[in-house]
Amino acid sequence: MADDQKKAGFLSELFAPVSGFGVTFATMFRKLETEEYPEVKRPTQPRFHGRHQLNRHPDGLEKCIGCELCAWACPADAIYVEGANNDDAPGGEGRFSPGERYGSVYQINYLRCIFCGLCIEACPTRALTMTNFYELADDNRSDLIYEKSQLLVPAQESMVAAPHPMVAGMTERDYYLGKVTTATPEQRAWADARETELARETS
Amino acid sequence: MSLIASLATGLPTIDNPAADFSDTPWWLSLVKALFVFAFLMVNTLLVIWFERRVIGRMQQRPGPNRTGPFGLLQTLADGIKLALKEDLTPKNADKVVFLLAPIIAGAMAFVSFSIIPMGSTVSMFGHRTPLQLTDTPIAVLLVLAVAGVGVYGIVLAGWSSGSTYPLLGGLRSTAQVISYEIAMGLSLVAIFIYSGSMSTSQIVASQKSLWFIIPAFFSFLVYVVTMVGETNRLPFDLAEGEGELTGGFHTEYSSLKFAMFFLGEYVNMFTVSALATTMFLGGWQAPPGIAAINDGMFNQGWWGLLWFVIKLWMFMFFFVWLRGSLPRVRYDQFMRFGWKFLIPITLLWVVSVAFIRGAQLAFFGDNVRTATVIVIGVIATVALAAAWVWDGKRAAAVIPPERPEEIDPFAGGYPVPPLPGQRLREPSLVGQPELTDEETYRG
Repeated sequence: MADDQKKAGFLSELFAPVSGFGVTFATMFRKLETEEYPEVKRPTQPRFHGRHQLNRHPDGLEKCIGCELCAWACPADAIYVEGANNDDAPGGEGRFSPGERYGSVYQINYLRCIFCGLCIEACPTRALTMTNFYELADDNRSDLIYEKSQLLVPAQESMVAAPHPMVAGMTERDYYLGKVTTATPEQRAWADARETELARETS
Repeated sequence: MSLIASLATGLPTIDNPAADFSDTPWWLSLVKALFVFAFLMVNTLLVIWFERRVIGRMQQRPGPNRTGPFGLLQTLADGIKLALKEDLTPKNADKVVFLLAPIIAGAMAFVSFSIIPMGSTVSMFGHRTPLQLTDTPIAVLLVLAVAGVGVYGIVLAGWSSGSTYPLLGGLRSTAQVISYEIAMGLSLVAIFIYSGSMSTSQIVASQKSLWFIIPAFFSFLVYVVTMVGETNRLPFDLAEGEGELTGGFHTEYSSLKFAMFFLGEYVNMFTVSALATTMFLGGWQAPPGIAAINDGMFNQGWWGLLWFVIKLWMFMFFFVWLRGSLPRVRYDQFMRFGWKFLIPITLLWVVSVAFIRGAQLAFFGDNVRTATVIVIGVIATVALAAAWVWDGKRAAAVIPPERPEEIDPFAGGYPVPPLPGQRLREPSLVGQPELTDEETYRG
């Protein structure tokens, strides 16, 4: 409104018709907001909802118990889970998670996922979390259905990738209480033995 | 009688070019022509990149920065893309003229640059030759004439396309260039009066002590406006106004033919800028402070090219700045401005300059200084008085708009729409005092 403005000075009134030139000229020296995306990736907010990740216990066993709660929570029907029994018997399928069951098939369809995070809230074991990774683009549909092998976090130095037995003397409950901190030598020996056995079978 | 005699003797007889072409063999002219061509081509490539980058900055974005260092090769990439596109000729088009039009537009843009002095005398392949392709006693007229022929390219393009929008664009362009070339020519007359010559090298030489932008400041302002109109650039790009005419005269053009128009437009920008540099900013001469250094060292040889290019690019920046700041003007306003303001006021200006120049050349007595001051004083007084009268008339012309009659839509018990000339009163205000005029306008 006109009456809100202060009375302009003589100079500013004189140059008012061409003040637009001042605006464009001054804008030249302002900071650019454009992101040079592929070269410079600006970090996301720390809680950005990016690609999912299936976590492991500190000894390398998977946290996922195949309960399918994430799949049930998903409003976009993007998650598919099949559970299976852990098998401690010698020569069996092996043990993947501390409890009774584990997720044998785990798929997230990123063409359906809306990154709402309800699956994360539904997960009872904190097996499923979200990373900040957002470059999820591809030129075909099948490659955007991520398998368990792609979602599962890689085993770190202190871990041994499943399958292998639980830490001796520990219960499933102990795993959740944080009493397991690293893979034991027995577990490493077991995994190595299984590996050589598999190698011999295939050769 | 004495006045005519003094006219005959008092006028400086420096019509002929100051540049000396006696030591310039024909092959050297060819080399210079090639140089001018290459200069314009490279500068066009650069200025398109420059324009997009600067406009980008003015809109707080970086502009093209991915092709080559700083995006410098973007224009080249775009040019290649343009050349490889399909070349369409509409069924209704007049084939010959349709092909001829972009050739005229593209070629004519280059011609004018031949008379632009780009530097003083330099040594080239063992010959002393001015950095100028050629010069004639009527060089500036040549520029205006060639610009007039160049418009044929646009007009013929619009006409030969056999389509409505291009025809309208071509017509607009004709009217536009005719109207603005008059004002442009008139604004340059002041320069001719001051320099006593139409030869570009002579005009540059006569600016040795004082650039014409100062004595002919008004001509400069008019020229700057008209040169934008001449080149069909924003805010005067009515011939192609994509808002109303899709592409204007070049709607039906594609591929290399379109590229010719594109090239022509940018080369034209350089031509009018170069002419402005030559006429008003001392051409290739160094700026006043620098010119004095070391006995005029910076006015010798190839240095002139540097000053010329700097001045040229100042105008290019101005073009870009205009484009970044102003929207396209309405066609009728544009024409009114050209015919009803620029041309008459430039005519008056030329007459004033003639009187000032006459006083300086001792037409009004031998006391040159007093005569000049008196003439300038009279002109300034008349100009101020005219401005005062005009301002008063304009102020008187502003009458408050009539307020439409206000009706109560609920007067009859149920709401009714307003008739033409009536205005609904806000139902919530019924029963409250009438608004004053001022409050109503404020909305």
